[in-house]
Amino acid sequence: MTPVSASAGPSGRVSGLVGGLTAILGAEAVITDPVRLRTYESDGLTYHRATPGVVVLPETAEQVAAVVRLCTRTGTPFVARGSGTGLSGGALPRADGVLIVTSRMRRIIEIDIGNRLSVVEPGVTNLAISEAARPYGYYYAPDPSSRQVCSIGGNVAENSGGAHCLKYGFTVNHVLAIEMVAPDGEIVELDAMDPGYDLLGAFIGSEGTLGIATKITVRLSRLPETVTTLLAAFVSVEAGGRAVSAIIGAGIVPAAIEMMDALAIEAAEAAVHCEYPAGAGAVLIVELDGPGAEVAHQFAEVERICRESGATELRVADDVAEREAIWRGRRSAFAAVGRISPAYLVQDGVVPRTALPEVLAGIERLSRRYGIRVANVFHAGDGNLHPLVLFDDAEEGAGERAERVSGEILDLCLEHGGSITGEHGVGVDKSRHMTKMFSPEDLDTMQLVRCAFDPANLSNPGKIFPTPRLCGEVPGVRKGVHPLVASGEAELF
Amino acid sequence: MALPPEEALAATGATVRAATPDDPDTRAAGLGRLTPRWVALPESTEQVSALMRAATEHDLAVVPAGGGSKLGWGPPPERCDLLLTTRRMDHVLEHAAGDLVARVEAGVRTEALAATLAAAGQELALDVPVEGATVGGTLATATAGPRRLRYGTARDLLIGITVVLADGTIARSGGKVVKNVAGYDLGKLFTGSLGTLGVITEATFRLHPLPAARAWITVTVPGPADLPDLAALAGSQTEPSAVEVDRPSAGGPLTLAALFEGVAAAGRAEAARALLGPAAVTGPEPPPWWGRAPGEEFLLELRVRPAGAVPALAAVSRAAREAGDLPVHLRGSAASAVLHLALPADAAPARAEAFVSALRSGLGAHGGRLVVWTAPADAAARLDRFGPSGAATLMRRVKERFDPDDRLSPGRLPASARPGPALEDPAPSGDRAPRGESVPAGHPAPPEGPGTQGEGERT
Ligand SMILES: Cc1cc2nc3c(=O)[nH]c(=O)nc-3n(C[C@H](O)[C@H](O)[C@H](O)COP(=O)(O)OP(=O)(O)OC[C@H]3O[C@@H](n4cnc5c(N)ncnc54)[C@H](O)[C@@H]3O)c2cc1C
Ligand SMILES: Cc1cc2nc3c(=O)[nH]c(=O)nc-3n(C[C@H](O)[C@H](O)[C@H](O)COP(=O)(O)OP(=O)(O)OC[C@H]3O[C@@H](n4cnc5c(N)ncnc54)[C@H](O)[C@@H]3O)c2cc1C
Repeated sequence: MTPVSASAGPSGRVSGLVGGLTAILGAEAVITDPVRLRTYESDGLTYHRATPGVVVLPETAEQVAAVVRLCTRTGTPFVARGSGTGLSGGALPRADGVLIVTSRMRRIIEIDIGNRLSVVEPGVTNLAISEAARPYGYYYAPDPSSRQVCSIGGNVAENSGGAHCLKYGFTVNHVLAIEMVAPDGEIVELDAMDPGYDLLGAFIGSEGTLGIATKITVRLSRLPETVTTLLAAFVSVEAGGRAVSAIIGAGIVPAAIEMMDALAIEAAEAAVHCEYPAGAGAVLIVELDGPGAEVAHQFAEVERICRESGATELRVADDVAEREAIWRGRRSAFAAVGRISPAYLVQDGVVPRTALPEVLAGIERLSRRYGIRVANVFHAGDGNLHPLVLFDDAEEGAGERAERVSGEILDLCLEHGGSITGEHGVGVDKSRHMTKMFSPEDLDTMQLVRCAFDPANLSNPGKIFPTPRLCGEVPGVRKGVHPLVASGEAELF
Repeated sequence: MALPPEEALAATGATVRAATPDDPDTRAAGLGRLTPRWVALPESTEQVSALMRAATEHDLAVVPAGGGSKLGWGPPPERCDLLLTTRRMDHVLEHAAGDLVARVEAGVRTEALAATLAAAGQELALDVPVEGATVGGTLATATAGPRRLRYGTARDLLIGITVVLADGTIARSGGKVVKNVAGYDLGKLFTGSLGTLGVITEATFRLHPLPAARAWITVTVPGPADLPDLAALAGSQTEPSAVEVDRPSAGGPLTLAALFEGVAAAGRAEAARALLGPAAVTGPEPPPWWGRAPGEEFLLELRVRPAGAVPALAAVSRAAREAGDLPVHLRGSAASAVLHLALPADAAPARAEAFVSALRSGLGAHGGRLVVWTAPADAAARLDRFGPSGAATLMRRVKERFDPDDRLSPGRLPASARPGPALEDPAPSGDRAPRGESVPAGHPAPPEGPGTQGEGERT
């Protein structure tokens, strides 16, 4: 794999901002030391790298707003960063820009059980919210596997999901209001109670391109009365897939249905000794939650369906420890493949659930054709695949072949009416695939939203959209040659 | 050589006819006293696109309409040359039962869709609001019924959308998979857009299995202080799908009803008796008012945070008293804290205004929004329909980008007009195409509506 990287070293324009940034934030919250800057070179997708021009660590929305205003005044691009666990290069910094890191905005401002909500700063980790709410019997439902580390601001930007979003939905279904700094430096409140266009919903999932969230009001959900987790082993992914279809067909919406194939099981076993049934071609994890009587009824159904679909072994977890044992293998899966392969790519395509068997068979064919192993871990309930494309980066050409397999997997998803990303976002990594999923008119229309929020194209430019476009003038907007046009990176829209 | 407008419209292939003063379609669209010149009944996204291109070429103002639920929600548009109804776009295009997904045309009636899906044991988990309401209209008004507590609203169930913009551009976002974060979510933008951003032509939804059983528990209490603990009920392990309240008069008794869904629904409704008290009644049928708006001609919507619901009941009573004992029928989602308020259609405008401003200032402590969805013209003239919103500037910028000529439902949302109530007539339109009669939202009215004075001031 050839790392994609931009030239390092603060450009003249950014170094000219340091004085202004220091005046806003104080010297110790402005990072210019090249060694410290390197910490921020990439997010979780480490083969896209760039050294940020300058990094700032604001503590308040007012400071973020002042930084953004300075950027806007000087035509400097800015990029928000939470915990840097993103898997699409969304937080990839710019050498000619300011990286605004929310790691000092970590206050849980309020846990308000009467209103079933919590107000938090953007740098708070996903899990911290649930932990703060748990003593009251509540939690924050979206649960990305990275929840111990990833920030709620990053979750908002990516509209992150998790294993339990099959039943409970994504970030966008659990955010009630956002205070954000718009790209013009104004602090704006977006609230689900507002009549008119759902700007709150449009902002969530916009990957930092429409502004920076500085305060987030999330809904808290009641911890369910009963949780039952079942692990079922099957001889093949196809057999497991039949069980999934039958469960959904029976009118059951489990909290989660996850599947792992033989290679993923092998990796998890090597990493965390999860002791999944030996020799299984696939394991299915089904979790049911809710009122006791509902769960008991559904559990009996699911158990029957799994047996009828040919499950070779069933295990049931009724307490936290047993449940954790079942989930441990699944949660470790991404990292675990590191034990069986020197390098790997994580893919994030989505297909209609009923197309899963065909698409998995297609992935198997690709794997054989290119001689590249693919481990499959996926959210079977909603058709979100995470193929892990394994390769040896020491081997000549293997990286390129892995890239090709990874790209063709996305094509396969699109052929079956799916999407190029279910939860990891487009970022820089998938922007070139956007034209396969959307027409030029679709993309131009999305661009209208961008232009309404960020006419100067300074908020995380170069992400999501394949060709950066600039917005036509509206009365009152600044004129002059845009830095991206000057550098040949963008064309006028 | 450009064609005259009627020929250009006819050339789109869509059925286009001249509108008549008492046209059922235009009355249904809630255009107030506006009469458009033409009604178009397109049958496809492409025809809608052709119509919008013709409208752009001839500078026609266009108002999209759904099935005509006879509600003109939001201020009436300032102009309307062409009424574009989706009535003939009423096909369920795809029902992938195994994927729990349905793709439909915008003109599909919600009750027809419900019937189609029920055949496969599935549903779109939005309450069917009213006979004749279309999917497009439900999205454009962003309305949701009682079960919003469990399933959210239309925006939470929408996974893909096709729209036609003012200039005829056809754009899609989302798709037909339930999990998808590629690109901006235009569907969100169009929910609540009230026909001002573009015409919704297709929508794709995630579905739910029909619940095996439903059960309700209902109790009537003398006043808000006697209500059961709403937070405890909403958060209880009986997991209600909806908690609704009905209060026909501001100082009077209230009825609270909660819905439970699932195989064990009846048992869970019984279990909720621990919270609602021994007087509560359980059964398989909802109370007759369930899921209906409390009125049509003068309808307000109050949204607060959940804990604000009970204080809001008191605030409504207080504001009604301050407005000279204005009769107010309150009904809505108690646990989600979205309450509808119906005022008498003949309420004196000054009293209505006093009520609205008293209630808005009473909201201060808990935050909240008060929207005036429908109002008789003379009262509407005095009312700020949407109240203050932090997002107003961004909404206006979105509108400017999507519809720079203000061609679609001009004046329906504050975004499309000047901020705050508009107070002057739009400038007469010299050499532009002839307009329909203009009745701007904020047209100044006499200080007191005719014929309502007598009963008005009873202080
Ligand atoms: C092991 C592992 C497992 C994962 N599992 C899941 C999973 O199950 N589900 C899932 O959805 N994702 C998963 N992810 C991806 C990632 O954790 C999520 O995308 C997460 O939301 C990113 O949060 P972050 O704080 O790390 O954001 P970053 O990586 O720092 O940033 C991500 C994006 O958000 C923007 N951003 C950050 N903060 C703000 C802000 N305050 N305002 C506006 N924009 C902002 C950035 O500009 C960037 O575009 C996983 C990642 C890893 C490494
Ligand atoms: C709990 C509840 C109860 C209700 N009860 C009643 C009731 O008892 N009686 C009643 O009359 N209403 C009631 N309503 C309101 C009703 O739900 C909505 O008015 C209805 O959904 C609108 O659908 P329609 O097809 O009739 O739209 P229309 O009335 O035709 O249009 C409504 C708005 O949407 C726009 N629009 C319509 N279709 C499109 C499209 N395809 N693209 C873009 N914009 C479009 C129009 O321009 C207009 O602004 C209730 C709502 C709720 C939430």
